Amino acid sequence: MNMDTKLEPIVQALQEKFNTSIEEFRSEVHVFVNPADIVSALTLLRDKYDFELLSAMTATDYWPQQSPRFHVIYQLSSLARNITIQLRVPVDGVDPKIPTATGVYDVANWRERELKDMFGIIPEGHPDPRILLLPEDWGDKHPLRKDFPLGYEEVQFTFNFEDIDLRKPYAKE
Amino acid sequence: MAQLEEVSIDLYKHLVSERALSGETMLLNMGPQHPSTHGVLRLLLELDGETIVNAIPDIGYLHTGVEKNMEAKTYVKAEVMSDRLDYMNNLGNNLAYCMAVEKLVDLDVPERAQTLRVILAELERINSHLVWVGTFGLDLAAMSMFLYAFREREMILDIKELISGQRMMTTYIRPGGLWRDVPVEFEAAVRNFLKIFPKRVDEYEALLTKNPLFLDRLLGIGKMDGATALQHGVTGPMLRASGVNWDLRKARPYTGYEQYDFNVPVATEGDTYARYVVRIQEFRESMKIIEQALNKLPLGPVRSDNRKFVPPPRSEIGVSMEALIHHFKLWTEGFNAPNASVYSAVESPRGELGVYLEGDGGPKPHRVHWRTPSFENLSVLPEIVKGHLVADLIAILASVDIVLGDIDR
Repeated sequence: MNMDTKLEPIVQALQEKFNTSIEEFRSEVHVFVNPADIVSALTLLRDKYDFELLSAMTATDYWPQQSPRFHVIYQLSSLARNITIQLRVPVDGVDPKIPTATGVYDVANWRERELKDMFGIIPEGHPDPRILLLPEDWGDKHPLRKDFPLGYEEVQFTFNFEDIDLRKPYAKE
Repeated sequence: MAQLEEVSIDLYKHLVSERALSGETMLLNMGPQHPSTHGVLRLLLELDGETIVNAIPDIGYLHTGVEKNMEAKTYVKAEVMSDRLDYMNNLGNNLAYCMAVEKLVDLDVPERAQTLRVILAELERINSHLVWVGTFGLDLAAMSMFLYAFREREMILDIKELISGQRMMTTYIRPGGLWRDVPVEFEAAVRNFLKIFPKRVDEYEALLTKNPLFLDRLLGIGKMDGATALQHGVTGPMLRASGVNWDLRKARPYTGYEQYDFNVPVATEGDTYARYVVRIQEFRESMKIIEQALNKLPLGPVRSDNRKFVPPPRSEIGVSMEALIHHFKLWTEGFNAPNASVYSAVESPRGELGVYLEGDGGPKPHRVHWRTPSFENLSVLPEIVKGHLVADLIAILASVDIVLGDIDR
């Protein structure tokens, strides 16, 4: 255990207020927060402990495990104190959703849209929940989920060009 | 020929003003194929005459599924995808990825490799800023700037070819060190560049810095304060041009940046011109770092000798059975990483380039996420272009320095 001494009071405050659990790896601190508490936890960190920057926001999928299937990850940085902390929110696999953090950090706007595209985690109360990175007619598929296969395109050579051409999907005219 | 479809603005209803719905203001599509969007970026502009009321960026045209692809490859093989993200900062992306892998498996890097990594990362910063200053000039009708900047960039590409055999997709920095040691010509090539380049930066400044036409286009355009920047996650030169002194090389030094004496250029105005000034000064600071690193460049190995993660040198394979086994295991199966996650960030030419890497105990990453600076830097664009002219949008977008490969991943 070699947690940054500057982090200890912050982690303690989070523990008391939101009943969180802690994990540490290579002196990075991961704090597990319930989905219902995440907005107030982020607000507390931003306003009281100077975490001005939401460095990264992403998710990870633990399929076939269903509950919690996803972890949503908030990587926060404090410029004034030069510390980082990671909040992890376990999200259930059935009807996954998180409350939006756009009210706390503007950058969460695009990041949550990306999560909606890639994992199908719905940000509740998001002001602009359009599709971001995927094509507009992509449908209800989420490529970064573990049950989404990694596809490929068959390579066409002169001897089998036409065979493959017949079964190759093209965009509809 | 496909039928032209009637386009409805229902999708954008909540993003445009009331006046657009009544037809008073005009909606104009800019891009995705447009020379000043620096790639395939589409902007939907709401215009009142020439003035921008709202701008709605539309990204994803270059989405290549890098993160998904990396999950399907072993740790070493996945690295080739990192070059292709931000194609102006290949070595910097290699560095970010390798640092994440090294942190995950707890691998040490020898001193010589660390110093060479610093030199290469700073050369790459100059390379990226050269493309930026060239296209920035091009967008503002200073066309000769583009030709001069690309002339100097050629020297850096030659150095990259010298060390790795590739001009762009190098994959030269590897987990545990470098692919191989630099050739003997490397030092002379870098010193030659350091000799020529300061004069060339003076030339750029003579062309642009006090040019009245240039100043007219830039001063007071696209202003952004530090608080807005942080709210939108903006980092790098854009953040420093808004008066926030934040550079990961100083704040959380990695690969030995704490040993070098350099300044972090900061400007307070937060406008397009301030971003130009900050990047021009970064040229000189990067040169200072390269020179110091080159002077202290120690001799020694450039790869960790931890054979469980780093393949043995070619010379050992012929004489050592153990080396042959390690070589075979590493290139067929790869190494296993612990079931845990790390986040590691470096200061790329555009800002905080972070890699979230999660292992699952096996030889392939469970999840790789790239926190790419262009993504956040672009997301602030709608805020800072409001009320400016369309011509100013070109200048602002050029000053953001986006790379679409970096945004769409």
